[in-house]
Amino acid sequence: MTLYDCRKGDLLRVLKIQSETTLKQRLISFGIMKGAQIEVLEHAPAKSTIEVKVSKTRVALRDKEAQLIEVEKI
Amino acid sequence: MNQTKPKACPITAKHIKVALVGQPNVGKSMLINSVSNAHLHVGNFTGVTVEKTEVLFDYKGYHFTVVDLPGTYAFTEYTIEERVTHEYLCAEKYDLIINVIDSTNLEKNLQLSAELMSMSKKIVIALNMSDEAKEEGIEIDAAYMSTLLNVACVKVSAVTKEGIEELIETVIRVHEAPKEEPKLVFGEAVEEEITTIEAHLQKHKYEANNSYRNVAVNLLKNNKKTYTRIHDNPIWTELQPLVVDARRHIELHHDTDDIQEAFAEEYNAFNKGIVTEVLKQEARVEKKTLTEKIDNILIHPILGIPIFLFFMWSLFQVTFELGSIPMDWIDAFFGWFGDAIGATITNEGVRSLVVEGIIAGVGAVVLFVPNIVILFIGIALLESTGYMSRVAFLLDGFFHKFGLHGQSFIPLVTGFGCSIPAYMSARILKNDRDRLLTLFIIGFMSCGARLPVYVLFAGAFFSQEMAGNVLFLIYISGAFLGLIAAKILKLTAFKGADEPFVMEMPKYRLPSVKLIWHTVVTKTWMYLKKAGTFIAAASMLVWFLSNYPKNIELQESFAVKIEHAANDEEKQRLENLLASQHLEQSYLGMIGKFTEPIFAPLGFDWKMSVALQTGLAAKEVVVSTLGVLYALGGEVSEEDNSLQGVIAANISFASALSFIVVIMTYLPCLAASIVFTREAGGVKYFFYLLAFTSIVAYSLAFVVYNLAKLLA
Repeated sequence: MTLYDCRKGDLLRVLKIQSETTLKQRLISFGIMKGAQIEVLEHAPAKSTIEVKVSKTRVALRDKEAQLIEVEKI
Repeated sequence: MNQTKPKACPITAKHIKVALVGQPNVGKSMLINSVSNAHLHVGNFTGVTVEKTEVLFDYKGYHFTVVDLPGTYAFTEYTIEERVTHEYLCAEKYDLIINVIDSTNLEKNLQLSAELMSMSKKIVIALNMSDEAKEEGIEIDAAYMSTLLNVACVKVSAVTKEGIEELIETVIRVHEAPKEEPKLVFGEAVEEEITTIEAHLQKHKYEANNSYRNVAVNLLKNNKKTYTRIHDNPIWTELQPLVVDARRHIELHHDTDDIQEAFAEEYNAFNKGIVTEVLKQEARVEKKTLTEKIDNILIHPILGIPIFLFFMWSLFQVTFELGSIPMDWIDAFFGWFGDAIGATITNEGVRSLVVEGIIAGVGAVVLFVPNIVILFIGIALLESTGYMSRVAFLLDGFFHKFGLHGQSFIPLVTGFGCSIPAYMSARILKNDRDRLLTLFIIGFMSCGARLPVYVLFAGAFFSQEMAGNVLFLIYISGAFLGLIAAKILKLTAFKGADEPFVMEMPKYRLPSVKLIWHTVVTKTWMYLKKAGTFIAAASMLVWFLSNYPKNIELQESFAVKIEHAANDEEKQRLENLLASQHLEQSYLGMIGKFTEPIFAPLGFDWKMSVALQTGLAAKEVVVSTLGVLYALGGEVSEEDNSLQGVIAANISFASALSFIVVIMTYLPCLAASIVFTREAGGVKYFFYLLAFTSIVAYSLAFVVYNLAKLLA
C-alpha cells in the first residue's frame, strides 16, 4: 500500500521510500523516513495533493510523490 | 543593547563574522531584525536572484557582521536557496555559525544542526520562539543540551526580545575560546567503522584541515570535497577498500542501498535521543491546534478555492484601485514638474529632451511604485502568515496539468494588472525551472496598459453591446494561450522530469510589521534603483528616435500654412498633419517603413508597425501613436469616436484582429522586459523571451489574419 491509497485521518507507518536520492533526502529532511509515523490530514480536490503530518511537521506532497511512499496502517 | 554605547571603531575593533543558518520559517530574519541599532545591507548573492541580507552592529567593542543565509531544511541542493546556503557555508570565510532553531519543533530542526555539527566550525544554537514553546507547554533544558552536544545553546525569542543579549555574549565567548568538537554520537555499527578509519589516518599521519573523526564521517558519507582531497594522497590505495567495506557494512545494517539514507537515520536516532533528554512536554489533552482548526476551513476541499479567490480578488482590487489614486497624483506631479521645468528652458531641443525624454521617462518608472508597494504588502502578508503554502496545495492540481506550480497562480493573476510586479512576485516560486516557466508566460496575461488598445479596436469594429463581450473574450483567450504556451514550453524548452513537490505547510503565525515593512522597502528600492536607470535611458532613446532627424523645411512650410490658416480648426488640423508627417520621416518612421514588408503578411501598414514598436516603450503609447499617425494629434483617447471612426475606415477587420493578437502576445513593455531580465537572471533570457513571444505573436497573427480574410 502506498500513501496515495490512504484516506484522510489514516495513521500510518512508513515502510520504504522508493525514489531517487534527491527526493528521498528531501522527504527525510521533513522527517518522512523509514519507520516514521504519519497521519493523512487533508486531500486537495481530485487527490492531486495530499497533506500529511509527521510528528509536528505538516508536509504537502503531490500524488506522484505519495505513490512512492510505501506505508502500513497502525 | 544600549543606544548610548560608543560605536566601535571599525579599524581597531575586533570583527566577528557570523553565518546565520536555519530551516525555513524559524524566524531567522525576525531574530536579526530584533537586534537594536543594527544596519541592514541588502543585496543579491552573486549570480543568483536570491536576496542576501547582512546585518552590521557593534557590541562591547566587537564589530559584528551577520549574514542571513536563506532557509534550508538540510544540505541537499533542492532549491537555489539551499544551494546558495550550502555553497556559502562551505566556501566563504566566516568565524562562526548561529544555528536558529524553532523550539516548538526541535526534532526536525536538529536534523540540520547535525549536519552543521559535522562541518567542524564553531557553532552557537539559538533556540528561537521560546515564548511560543512555553505557551505550548514545551520546556527545553538549554544548559543540559549544551553539555550533551558540546555546543552552546541559548534560548531566545525574536518576538519578546528575550535572550538576544545572552546570545550575543555567547557568540563572543565561543569566538574567543578555542574550537571544540561537537559531540555527535552515532550508532555502534557506524562508530566502529569511524574508529577503524580514524586509526588508519592516525597511523599514516594524514594531514587534514579538520579532525580525523570528521574526515572519517565525510568519507563514509561520500562527501565530494573530502574525496577529491584524499584521492591524490598515497594512503588512498590502502584506505579505499576500507571505506568501501565500511560503507557496505553500514548500508547492510540499515537495510538500504543508500548511504545518505543510512546517515539520515543515524542523525535522526541521535536527535530523538537528544529530544527525549532535554525536552519536557507538559501532558495535555490531545486537542486540535489552532493551525489545524484554521486549515479545516482554508484548505477545505470545497470552500478552500472560493476563499482563496476572494482573497486574491481583494488584493487585486486594492492594488489596482487604491493604487490608482497615488498614481494619478504622481502622473499629475510629473506633468506639472515637466511644464514648470520646461518653462525655464528656452532651447527647443533641450527642453524637449528634458521634459518629454527624461522627466516623462522617470515619471513612467515612479508611476508603478504604488502598485508595487501595495501588492508586496499583500504578498508579504500571505507569505509570512503561512497561507502561501496552502495556495500551492489547493491549486497545484490544476496548474500542474500545464507544467506549472500551484504558486504560479499569484504572479499570473498579478500579470492582469501589470507585468512588472508580476515578474517580481514570481520570486515566491522557490524552484528555478518553475519560476522561469512562469516568468515566460506572464506576458500572456493582458496587463492594464493594453486595455486602451482593446477598447479602441473593440469599439471600432463591434457594436456597443458586443464590445464588452469581446473584451472579456480577449482577456480569457490571453490567459488560455498562456496556459497552452506553458504546456508547449514544458514539453520542449523546459523538458525533463517533473521537479518533485514536497513542501512544508508552516504553522499559521501573526505577521511582523517590521519584517513586512523591511521586505516592501527593499523590493521597492531595488525596483527604483535597477529598473529606474535603464528605463529612463531607454525612454530617452525612444524619444530621440521619434523626434529626430528634424526637418526644418517641413516645419517651415507648415509654419507658413498654419499662419495663414483660416480658423483654429484648420490650424489644429495642420498641426496634426505636421506631427504625423514629422513622425513619418523620423528614425522611428524609417524603421516602420523599413519593417513594413515584414508585417505585410499580417495585414499591417507601416503605421500599425510603428504603433507596435512604440508600444514596446509602454503599451499605452500604442493608442496615442495611432492618433498621431492618423493625423488626429497625440491627445486622443481610446473612447475617442473620431479615432475609432478613422480606424474602422482605414483598417480591415482581418488586420484589426491580427493586430489585437499581436498586442496580446508580443514582447512586454520595456520596463517589464528589464524587470523580466533581472528576475530571470541574465540577458540571454531576454533574447529567449524576445524570440519566443515574436514567434508566437507572428504565427498566431498570421493564422488569424488569413482565416479572417477567408471567412470574410
